[in-house]
Amino acid sequence: MTIISRLSRKQSTPKKRKAPASQRTWSIGFLTMAVVIYIFYTYIVPHTPDGFQSQIQTWFPPSALNEALVWVIAALGLNIVVGYAGLLDLGFVAFWAIGGYTAGWFMSGFFNQWNIHFGSESAKVIPGIHLSFWIVLLLGALICAFFGILIGAPTLRLKSDYLAIVTLGFGEIIPQIFVNGENIRGFNLSNGTKGISPVDSIGIFGKRLGPFDLNYKYMIFVFMAAFMVFISLRLRSGRLGRAWLAIREDELAASMMGIPLMKTKLSAYAVGAISGGLAGVAYATHVNGIFAERFQFSISIILLAMVVLGGMGNVWGVMVGALLIAWVNSTGLPALGNEINSTFHTNINFPSYTFLIFGALLILMMLFRREGILPESRLKMILHETDESDDNEEPHDFISEEEAL
Amino acid sequence: MLKVENVQVSYGNIKAIKGISLEVNKGEIVTLIGSNGAGKSTTLRAISGLLKLKSGSITFEGQRIDGKEGHEIVAKGICQSPEGRRIFPRMSVSENLDLGAFLRNDKDGIAADRERVLELFPRLAERITQKAGTMSGGEQQMLAVGRALMGNPTLLLLDEPSMGLAPVLVDMIFETITKINEQGTTILLVEQNALAALSVANRAYVLESGNIKLSGNAKDLLNDPAVTKAYLGG
Repeated sequence: MTIISRLSRKQSTPKKRKAPASQRTWSIGFLTMAVVIYIFYTYIVPHTPDGFQSQIQTWFPPSALNEALVWVIAALGLNIVVGYAGLLDLGFVAFWAIGGYTAGWFMSGFFNQWNIHFGSESAKVIPGIHLSFWIVLLLGALICAFFGILIGAPTLRLKSDYLAIVTLGFGEIIPQIFVNGENIRGFNLSNGTKGISPVDSIGIFGKRLGPFDLNYKYMIFVFMAAFMVFISLRLRSGRLGRAWLAIREDELAASMMGIPLMKTKLSAYAVGAISGGLAGVAYATHVNGIFAERFQFSISIILLAMVVLGGMGNVWGVMVGALLIAWVNSTGLPALGNEINSTFHTNINFPSYTFLIFGALLILMMLFRREGILPESRLKMILHETDESDDNEEPHDFISEEEAL
Repeated sequence: MLKVENVQVSYGNIKAIKGISLEVNKGEIVTLIGSNGAGKSTTLRAISGLLKLKSGSITFEGQRIDGKEGHEIVAKGICQSPEGRRIFPRMSVSENLDLGAFLRNDKDGIAADRERVLELFPRLAERITQKAGTMSGGEQQMLAVGRALMGNPTLLLLDEPSMGLAPVLVDMIFETITKINEQGTTILLVEQNALAALSVANRAYVLESGNIKLSGNAKDLLNDPAVTKAYLGG
């Protein structure tokens, strides 16, 4: 009886593909939120009492919001590599760095032996290569895609754990090259630890954004994040996305379906690298410079934590995870720390405990909500219905159903 | 159609198959039987490009296919239902079938083959939106065969389709194999269940520790005392 009832229950509730509808809801929600936040910061905050304004500056400063969006862009790229194709990448910071230096090379006075201006709103008299932000975005994407394929081609033959180690190595090597790239046979590639600063600000509609035009930058970064979401969702529902998921599920079976493994994995790696590059360019304009020492291993790990915590494979989960962790990292923890210190008259350096807290958070998540804050539906199903699927797998169950019917 | 000549495959220093030759002609069901470790699955994996040959050659419709990548061989029209089913557990039955047709672009042909598969396995039609991993072993096996058929193969490789299934289901699977063959698909069937395999096949090869020991008409082998003694328990 129980088997029959379970069977009929399953048949009476066929899960139609309602994903597109909820994706639309989320997309509309995201864009609405983006606009509401913009209006809030641009038109409402300036007219509020000073006390409220300072609270906003402490807890939700616009620059932290912009930085969080940069993290979102990168995390969405890593989600394609890790969440869709199931390739563990521990060196994503490399693409972020390459993208950042692309901005450094093509949007500053660094190469002052040349004087090239194109589409940039910066003064024509300043030497160096000054290209438009949008062109540099494209360049950063192309260069990162190239490096993604270059690194991926020899390493993607490796299976999960080995691939993770190799990407880890890559993530260490690239920043080291930039740190020590001051004098490569007389050529200054990266200006070493001094970094490249300032990077040109973004020019848009003939206007040159200053360092305090945070609202404009915010809209540009929202646009970039939306672009990445769009790309992710489109790819996910298409042929390539299906091939990625198949590889994530079972590589051998995927190749038996005629899916070219190398090409498919490389494309995931390249698309991920592109978004890393976009994030890098955005980051360089966000901090108005590029500094080799910032590209540490911890960035790769934080990005991975964003993807895992938010919900691997679900763009909205990853976005929520990225916004949350980026905020805790940049603003939440220091602000909360100051609050606690001043209330209890203690003197604890809270930001130095960031990784302790992340670690604890990740352990708790793995214990109680392995699938992330907003999980991908199929992952949630597999993690929570294992009991049911276990007893379904027994052949006798099938027979008894046959007889019962 | 398929010609395997003097093929050797080793795992490191261990020779798994030691010079096998076999042939599959258009429209046939050919079965490869033998006990555990005889090299049946290894032969199949060599054909489908998952293992590299040490020596010998494999030709399919006049073209050499040894040394090609797995996906290139699928593109030539050889699809496989692998040992242990290997369905995509977190994807729905429908998505699994779609993936079987990954290399095809003919929408009408895909739709027709989908209909054909769901007709062969009505059970899959009932479970079309269900996640494949939650189905029973028998249903998963049907899905594995159905998925391979979605590639519209000229040659279908079946690796132990009866493994782990109850007797009722084994009969049902083998009936379907005959039906698929009658619809025009050539089949190379690897089986441990020699009795069932020989009763549906036209010709058979008996494998023993990496060599072909016997070959011939399936009906003859079914009555061969040597085979009966070694594989049919009587």
